Amino acid sequence: MIHFEKFQLNNGLTVIVHRDQSTPIVAFNMLYNVGARDEHQDQTGFAHLFEHLMFGGSVNIPNFDEPLQRVGGNNNAFTSNDMTNYYITLPKDNLETAFWLESDRMLSLAFTDKSLEVQRSVVIEEFKQNYLNQPYGDVWLLLRPLAYRQHPYQWATIGKEVSHIANATMDDVKSFFYKFYRPNNAILSVAGDIDVDTIKTLANKWFGDIPAGDVPTRNLPQEAPQTEARRLNVEREVPANAIYKAYKMCKRTDPDYHATDLLSDVLSLGKSSRLHTALVKDRQLFSEIHAYVLGSFDEGLLIISGTLADGISFEEAEAGIVSEIEKFQTQGLKEKELMKVKNKIESTNTFSETSVLNKAMNLAISELMGDAGFVNTEVEKYQAVSEADILRLANSLLRENHCSTLIYAKK
Amino acid sequence: MNTLNRSLAPKFNQVEHIHFLPVGKKTLDNGILLDSIHGGSQEILKIDFVFRAGNWYNPKSLIASSTSKLIKEGTKSYSAFEIAEGIDQYGAFLDIENGFDTSTVTLYTLTRYLEDVLPYFKEVLLYPAFHEHEFEIFRTNALEKFKINQKKVSFVARNAFSAELFGNNPYGLVASETAYRELQLEDLKSFHKQHYQLGNCKILVSGNVNETTLNLINIHFGKEATGNAPAQPDHQNPDNSPRQVHLEKEGALQSAIRIGKIIPNKLHPDYLGLKVLNTILGGYFGSRLMQNIREDKGYTYGISSGVISMQHAGYFFIGTEVGSEVTQPALTEIYREVDKICQEPVSQDEIDLVKNYMLGEFLGSCDGPFKMASLFESVDAYGLNFEFYNDYINTIKKISPNTIMELGQKYLNKESFLEVVVGKP
Repeated sequence: MIHFEKFQLNNGLTVIVHRDQSTPIVAFNMLYNVGARDEHQDQTGFAHLFEHLMFGGSVNIPNFDEPLQRVGGNNNAFTSNDMTNYYITLPKDNLETAFWLESDRMLSLAFTDKSLEVQRSVVIEEFKQNYLNQPYGDVWLLLRPLAYRQHPYQWATIGKEVSHIANATMDDVKSFFYKFYRPNNAILSVAGDIDVDTIKTLANKWFGDIPAGDVPTRNLPQEAPQTEARRLNVEREVPANAIYKAYKMCKRTDPDYHATDLLSDVLSLGKSSRLHTALVKDRQLFSEIHAYVLGSFDEGLLIISGTLADGISFEEAEAGIVSEIEKFQTQGLKEKELMKVKNKIESTNTFSETSVLNKAMNLAISELMGDAGFVNTEVEKYQAVSEADILRLANSLLRENHCSTLIYAKK
Repeated sequence: MNTLNRSLAPKFNQVEHIHFLPVGKKTLDNGILLDSIHGGSQEILKIDFVFRAGNWYNPKSLIASSTSKLIKEGTKSYSAFEIAEGIDQYGAFLDIENGFDTSTVTLYTLTRYLEDVLPYFKEVLLYPAFHEHEFEIFRTNALEKFKINQKKVSFVARNAFSAELFGNNPYGLVASETAYRELQLEDLKSFHKQHYQLGNCKILVSGNVNETTLNLINIHFGKEATGNAPAQPDHQNPDNSPRQVHLEKEGALQSAIRIGKIIPNKLHPDYLGLKVLNTILGGYFGSRLMQNIREDKGYTYGISSGVISMQHAGYFFIGTEVGSEVTQPALTEIYREVDKICQEPVSQDEIDLVKNYMLGEFLGSCDGPFKMASLFESVDAYGLNFEFYNDYINTIKKISPNTIMELGQKYLNKESFLEVVVGKP
């Protein structure tokens, strides 16, 4: 059980406080409700580029990292299709430094030309390193537009193409900032050996006078239901053939989410899972195979992906996946299989709670989904899933006419 | 209301005190030592079996790592599936890490299931079956994975760097397609028999440890034969001569750079000072290499340097991937930074920052029983104890700009490096 308190400043900033007396470290997590899904289709990769710019100095503090390192702190950030999250860990005594730094960059960035120029090229190198110069690196650049036709999930956080990043101007950057980086579009959570009164004082002192913004109501194009099997074949310089099957699934806050997640776990979590046992070990069609859900806030994807064993054709391999799915749909699952994945959820959750940073992050993300208290009900929701729920979802989701298949062949 | 001066940094303190959790000592019925670190509020446990069975003991490439991967693929009493299911069903995790000197087999479990998972864990550790069938699947799939990795410039550069740096010394035995093809099951069996003896390992349990935990471990492992630790192999010293190795990779968008050399390990008095030097140069986000090559020039997504200690050697490295077209300018800047740290004393401002950063970082790495266990293991293997970290803290607090410059001159002459570049010619 993670105990927490929650309050809101007058400018709309939500603050969550969790006390953990066992650690000398404090985690300070600032979550902005903006992700790649909020980008314009001709300016993709912007939320992520912006994450980089947030480290390029703010209106009163020329450098973000240096003063933090000076007090023994560490920080990083990530951008997803749904959110942008910034986090700091530092010795408890020096917590105020995090408030000072994070509030100044919410107030305003420095917006220097140098920072924009450098971060554009850093992000372009990141694009090359992780998406272009990497075997299978472009899978998501191919799979997303295949699975999504209307919704902005059709592009990856890095962006559709390098030119969108290369063309970003200072005006674009500024308008993005004032549109989304406002206190009423953010959630701050702090976890460590701290008390709520101190955090209230610090939050008001440093964030209280930052004006609220006119944050646009999110109104994204919704994806029309998929009714046909979609396929894409590509050839690349890779040593092994691979196959990716993306099935449409519910959104993160849907009551069926937990059962869908467990469905993917039954299929492939661990070496005793169905797909690994049948397709890697017994039939040796794949050298590895995975199934997982993306956990997207809007309608998401359940992915089954595998690298084919040498000498196996795409037809044999895909038929192998489909026959395992059909077997599951007709025969259902054993009680032991469900107990196993539920126990994994419980232990993963317990182990993750050894870190104040994980706790701070999970509180903020849960609040963004609707209620920070979800952190304490997640395990129960997984425990409540029945064999019948999983079977129902296996039958309704895992169908070819809901699936986008990427055939990734070696040259 | 007072106006807030946002240009002014709040007051802060340097980390003063770090609390080390005590290490409990117990002897199992068969004489094997069991260390324990109790702490944390969750009902969870981590048990490490640290065997002296790392790459140092490799008779040839891939034997040590393949042995460690195959032990969980079927045992005397259980099939590979039964082992996986036996551990999975309780939500436990088995993790095996093959390193330079040791192979560590770790069990993570909820405390209440310890008794249920220990029988499976014991089978994996002591009675793996090394079935021919499992071996062939492992070899085929590992080779596939290796071929995929060979497409990554960073992977190729890392391997080429290790092979060049350590030569015939077993630390330099890296994977290759041929090595995978020539791998023999018999070699793995005999490696296991020789090195995975209880008498050749250290056991450390951490987390929610109590009497029951220790008794359960004794019940499962205290009756077993301990065997004898094998003799230490004798190996030639690596060749530390400077040289350049450039490997071409058609169509690469980036070049992977790996620069480094042999330096002393943890047992040497200069080691801790080198850690500080390394942090300044390339050991954190604010490092000189990062500030210059990424934040100023935009040549890379990331660059870092490291000081690595093994039981029988140590090495320093700088690693990055840069745009193909800026490979030369990036190399020039890297050597410029190395030269600078050897020629100019670090400013008081920079050294103060790095000291505080390192102490804060270290405080974070002491947080909780599992991290404490890792810290303990990484000195225990050298016959050292937590006192090593008090020396570390003192070195950080006391080291002067001149000492850092002298260490640079002593170890990091820019003419003395092995340089590996993999990418477009």
